[in-house]
This record gives sequence, structure tokens and C-alpha cells, in this order.
Amino acid sequence: MVAYQLSVFAENKPGRLAKVTGILKKGKINIRAITISTSDGFGVINLIVDDPERARSILEDEGLTVSMKEVVAVVIEDKPGGLDKLIQLLFDEDINVENAYGFVLESREKAVFVVDVNQLEKTQKVLEDAGLKTLDAQALSAIEPFHYMKY
Amino acid sequence: MYWEKETETMPGNRLEELQLARLKKSVEKASASVFYGGLFKKTNLDSNGIKSLEDIKKIPLTTKDDLREHWPYGFLAVSRDELVRMHSSSGTTGRATVIFHTIDDIKEWTNIVARSMYMTGMRKSDVFQNMMTYGLFTGGLGFHYGAEKLGALVIPAGAGNSKRQIQLMQDFGTTAIHIIPSYALHLLSVFEEMGVDPRSDTQLQIAFLGAEPHSEKTREKIEEFYGIKAYNSYGLSEMDGPGVAFECRRQNGMHIWEDNFIVEIINPDTLEPVPDGEEGELVLTTLLRDGMPILRYRTKDLTRIIPGPCECGRTHVRIERIKGRTDDMLILKGVNIFPIQIEKKLMDVPGVGTNFLIILERKGFNDHMTVRVEVQKEFFSGDLKQLENLRRRIVEELKGDILITPKVELVEPGSLPKSEGKAVRVIDNREE
Repeated sequence: MVAYQLSVFAENKPGRLAKVTGILKKGKINIRAITISTSDGFGVINLIVDDPERARSILEDEGLTVSMKEVVAVVIEDKPGGLDKLIQLLFDEDINVENAYGFVLESREKAVFVVDVNQLEKTQKVLEDAGLKTLDAQALSAIEPFHYMKY
Repeated sequence: MYWEKETETMPGNRLEELQLARLKKSVEKASASVFYGGLFKKTNLDSNGIKSLEDIKKIPLTTKDDLREHWPYGFLAVSRDELVRMHSSSGTTGRATVIFHTIDDIKEWTNIVARSMYMTGMRKSDVFQNMMTYGLFTGGLGFHYGAEKLGALVIPAGAGNSKRQIQLMQDFGTTAIHIIPSYALHLLSVFEEMGVDPRSDTQLQIAFLGAEPHSEKTREKIEEFYGIKAYNSYGLSEMDGPGVAFECRRQNGMHIWEDNFIVEIINPDTLEPVPDGEEGELVLTTLLRDGMPILRYRTKDLTRIIPGPCECGRTHVRIERIKGRTDDMLILKGVNIFPIQIEKKLMDVPGVGTNFLIILERKGFNDHMTVRVEVQKEFFSGDLKQLENLRRRIVEELKGDILITPKVELVEPGSLPKSEGKAVRVIDNREE
């Protein structure tokens, strides 16, 4: 299963991130994870959200430059060695990680690690064979622990 | 194929005879003005001294400063009763210059605009949307009159109001437009926003690009995105306005209508003529203007004559795309740079969007150039490395051309200030 990561191109100046989060708030989009990488004067905001298609469209409506790509969201154990298991596996299979970040699902139980890899299909197969669970966009939306708060 | 076949294809020697006869008349007419009257007395010159076209060099050059100093009526060669129109330059530096026309002046000007448009294939069945400012600026009314004379249906849309422009195109089946190139690129985002595809949802075939210098790449982009032919044109209010020079369908240089103007290219430093084919400043003389003849006018525009005949059969000389204005030239760390050079380089780099801005600053004793470049929306894939590579590539391309390493900043598409008139390409924050 693949998940979708949204990337927003933004100049590195005050107010750009606030614009993105403001639009998502207004659209009642829940952010699962966010990372920011910056270079000389500009940056890319990466987002995992509960409804990537809709999030993309409302961000674009506000004039932002957005791209969407497939990433793998792997469920790992939230304990020492949980991430290592996954990374060693990818290393063994010679899969290179372009970008990665994680968030906790249930404290000390489960976490999700998002990896952007160069060989998407192979990665999915490797994870499947190793019995690791991956989440798709729908699952990422459904795992919302405070789901009932959505109105 | 020709609006006036005899004139347009006149053999060189006959064209020169015509020019000489008209030059003599023009000198005669000009001597009635305060400025030329005084000048001719001082230099002991009159129309009898013009025996060949070579003799034009006896006439001192006229500059924009001369026009300013003799504002408003010092160049007038007829009684004020004869005037029917005035136009004025935008006057961004110093006092504006003003040009007056008699009814015959307007007729002759209108004729060369019609001739120019006809040359690109526009016909009376065309619907022409004039997206230029009407008013003191010559671009709006000049094209309007020319298109009417040609017999096309003219939509006098004027500048700005992008959504209405697109609506008009759709409602009335516009086939030809007159538009500023930077605005043509900007308008694409409005097309996209409205869900209108200029290629399939309009009947556009021809665009006349004018009012600002632009690169070949910009033309190619406009042609591709709109699915049309885009023709470059050249004009300046001192020489009537649009219609001075225009591309034919070969799109290889702009024909200057030599039955209306005498063309010279000079070295802007020595003021001596340069050999055909070499770059220099364009100098023009009006041949058919009664109200306000101007002789040997320094346009400050840099170009070169394209040697050899044009395949289209017209014998009138061609000039190359304007390289820049001596006015626009930036001097940075002793290097001369034209904004058009930067545009040319930028538009060649895949991933670069439609707008850019050059900012000059002085830090201590050093001048710095920052180029803010919009990224093309489709180019962004979420990859920071790709953006970083684009930025580095732009720096390299510019460095190779202007020999200075500029700071390049990538900015979001549509984030730079847009202009519905001439694009603002340079902000110079250096103190005098």
C-alpha cells in the first residue's frame, strides 16, 4: 500500500508556513506529520495528511505550488530497535532512502515511519515479505485516535 | 501578400532616390521649426546642401534632451492650427517628450501600421483585440487606426482586466491580439484559472508583441502556449509609434519602412556609422512627417542591420531584435549588462517560470545583483535537490553570460509583482 505525501514549495520567510497551516485548518484537514527542509532562501514543506487529494486542491486554490508523490508509511513498534529493524531491512535490500520521518501512533506501542525511497515497488514487496504493515491514505485517515472529534 | 507591392518591393536604387527626394523635403520642412531653423543657421546648412543620402551626415544628431529642452513647441514645423493629435512618451526619466501630428501625419502613420499588419497575414476578415493602453501612449491608438484601415474588426479592449480580455476573445472570436510579451505570459495563468485553453478554446492566430524588448525564447513560449504566430514589432513615439519596423512572416528581423524613415546605425561612443551587420545605436530620420519632422534621432536602442535581402521579397532593410536600450543598461562592477540578456538566459533554462526581477544593491563599496526567479509550477516535484540544482544552473548560466556571479533566489510561481503595462525588471537600490 502506498501513502501520499504532499510537498509545498515555499520561500523561506515568515508567514509561509502559517499560510499553509491556516489553509489546512480552514479546510478541516488533519496533519499527521510535517517536515520542512530549506535551502538558500527557499524550502519544501512535506506533509502527510488525512485527505491528501482535497488538501492538495485547497492549497492550489490559494495559489500555492503543490506536488504529490507516493511514499511508504510503515507501521513499526514504538520501542528501542523498532526503527532499526526497518532500516536494516532496507539496507540489506540495497534500497536507498531519499527522505524519511516518523510519528507516534500509540505511545510505546506503534509508530509510523514514512520513507521516500528510490524503488517504491521493490520496497513494498520487501516490507510485505518481512510482515511489516504499510498504510495507505485511507488507513492514515482512519487511524486518527481522536476521530470522534471530527465534525 | 503585399499591402503596397510597388513600395514594399521597390529596388534599392529607386528606394534611395525616393529617400533623397523626401529627405530634402523633410529638411526644408524642418527648417521652419525653432530648433532646426536655429541649428541650420548655426551649421550653415539647408536642403540644397543635401545632394546625396551621404549628405545626411552633415546634419547634427538630435537627442531626447533636445526634444525636452524645446518642449513643447520648439520642433513644430507647421502652425498649431494644423495639428490634430499629440502623443507623449511615458517620461520615466525627466520631463516627458511630446510629439504632434497633422492629419496627413496620422494618415501616413496609420498606413505603415496597416502595411505591417497585412505583412504578417492579417486581413479584413480578422477580429483584432487591442490589449494596449489607449491614451498618450502611441501603442494603443497606433494599432487601432492601422487595424481599422486594414478593415479588420477592432475590439478596443485596452490594457488590463485579464478575465474580461479572455471573455472578449471567446465571445467575439478574436483572431489577432496586440499585447505586451510579459503580459502575454502572465495572462496564461488567468487562462488556466478560468479553465480556458488558448490553443483549443479560442480562435487566436496572430499576436503582435510590442512595447518592450523580449527574447526569442519568450516569443517561442508565447507561440507554443497560445498555438499562434507571434510577431515582433518596433516603434517609438518620436518616430510616430508602432509601425516603424515589423517582422514579416519569415520572422527573421524587422523591416524598417525606408520610404518613411532613413536608417543609420552608429557607434554610441564615437557617433560614427558602423559597417552593415555590426551592432550599434539606431538613428532614424522621418521622411513623411509634416507637423514635427525629426532628423537623425538617436533612439538609444541597440541593434544591428541584417545584411542581405529577405526571402519575403521586401527590399526594406531589416534590423535585429532590439538588444537593449543604452538607457536600460546596468553597469555593475564595471560590466555592462542589459536586462534582456538576463531574460534570454533565464528563458533557456527548463524549470524557469514566466517572471523575474533583478535587484541591485550596494553593500559598502560593492555592488550586488540578486535575481529573483519564479519557478515553473509544473517543474516542482517536491524535491529540494531538484530546486537546488535549478538554482545552481541559473547561477552558472548567468555567470557565463554576464561574467558576474549573481545571487539567485527561487520564488513561488506568481509571487513576483505583475504588471499590466511594461514589466518592471530591475529595481536599483544603489544610492547615486
